[in-house]
Amino acid sequence: MSAPLLEAREVVLGFAGRRVLDRVGLVVNEGEIVTLIGPNGAGKSTLVRVLLGLIAPDAGHVARRPGLRVGYMPQRLAVDPVLPLTVRRFLRLAGRGIDAAALTAALREVGAEHVIDTPLQSVSGGELQRVMLARALLRRPQLLVLDEPVQGVDVTGQAELYRLIGELRARRGCGVLMVSHDLHLVMAATDHVVCLNTHVCCSGHPESVSRHPEYLRLFGPREAAALAVYTHHHDHVHGVDGHVHTVACRERGHG
Amino acid sequence: MDEFLLRALLAGLGVALVAGPLGAFVVWRRMAYFGDTLAHSALLGVALAYLLSIDLNLGVLITCVAVALILLALQRQQRLASDTLLGILAHTALSLGLVTLAFLETLRVDLMGFLFGDILAVGWRDVALIWAGGLVVLGALALLWRPLLAITVHEELAQVEGVPVVRVRLALTLLLAVVVALAMKVVGILLITSLLIIPAAAARRFSRTPEAMAALAALAGCLAVAGGLAGSLRLDTPAGPSVVVAAALLFALTGLVPRRG
Repeated sequence: MSAPLLEAREVVLGFAGRRVLDRVGLVVNEGEIVTLIGPNGAGKSTLVRVLLGLIAPDAGHVARRPGLRVGYMPQRLAVDPVLPLTVRRFLRLAGRGIDAAALTAALREVGAEHVIDTPLQSVSGGELQRVMLARALLRRPQLLVLDEPVQGVDVTGQAELYRLIGELRARRGCGVLMVSHDLHLVMAATDHVVCLNTHVCCSGHPESVSRHPEYLRLFGPREAAALAVYTHHHDHVHGVDGHVHTVACRERGHG
Repeated sequence: MDEFLLRALLAGLGVALVAGPLGAFVVWRRMAYFGDTLAHSALLGVALAYLLSIDLNLGVLITCVAVALILLALQRQQRLASDTLLGILAHTALSLGLVTLAFLETLRVDLMGFLFGDILAVGWRDVALIWAGGLVVLGALALLWRPLLAITVHEELAQVEGVPVVRVRLALTLLLAVVVALAMKVVGILLITSLLIIPAAAARRFSRTPEAMAALAALAGCLAVAGGLAGSLRLDTPAGPSVVVAAALLFALTGLVPRRG
């Protein structure tokens, strides 16, 4: 198997004396969808920033495949109404030499052609997410990094967006790293889940993570009830990185 | 037309043409107070230039850049909000400028001219400097247009897409410093920000693209300069403030026009 697209090892980061990321490790391989879940303030977006090279970690390593093309969809995009900007113009900011054909093709791929001449400030939440996805696609990415891609979208729309992301992966063969705080919506769309709460609590196949004691502790019994259906595959924890696996995770593996 | 009036008009139009597009960025990036801080520091630049016997514009430019760098350094400590830091810097620089000028007793300085502009006193050299400097700024702005817009929309997204965010932001600061140095003679340091933001604000209602807004802002600035100068001549009012009043009137008028698109 070829080298991973992205690999983080033992990443440590603190802000104002508080540890935000504690020896975090993560791997994204070609064609793989990895989902980062965790409660608010768990450090998910911070980890994404470190992985993208926007913040330097205090310790640890982040290795991106040389020349890796990343398509990034930030968590929040709030363009001031004083800036007149249509969707078309917004997409053209993705880089030099993006032609009209590529632009409409990207919008078509995400199903948002109809908003091409709409001011960015007046598209709906779901449309905005799709437009941002289109901008990420314009980079012809080998890796898509999506920070809360279904934010501000109703439940039906969320399922549609996850399906779209799955399709994009299948069609383009790119790796996907996404952030979500809702495991059971993302479950069908992901290959691998990393549960983060400053440190990596547990990681592995979505089903096994959903039954992991650390996960249950973090998300409480309500979430758990919706998910704890299967009882097989107890040992199905994909080790992401031996260094960061918690004892709890290993116990789970043996349980 | 009297030659002094022609010079004033040319100087004013030169400043308006470059202040419009640059002012659009000031408005989009919410840098009005930052522009004001640079302008306030200009007086310190003037004082230092007298003190060191260097060119006034050069003194202003260097001081503005230095203040911008100090601000950047202060922002890293993240204890005080940016507007507090800007307030500290703006008024410290202005006061330091006034204090320094007071030390230069032997010199008779036209303080009012620096504070509120003295457009009717510009010479051909000033006009040439404004147009040459203005063209350089507009050229740089054209080259940096896409990266500048990209960081205005979302800095981190732009950075992931390969825009050298810190350098582009520094370049914008430098361009602003140049415009402050150029505009000082026209409207004075206390009114420079108005030439940056009022025309851009007036242009917003009629623009569907960033480029249109920049162009319309330049046009609105030119109208304000022409109108302000004409009014100043007719009513015998100070020229710099008259230009700003004309810009404000224009802005108020745009509020009455029904919105297109």
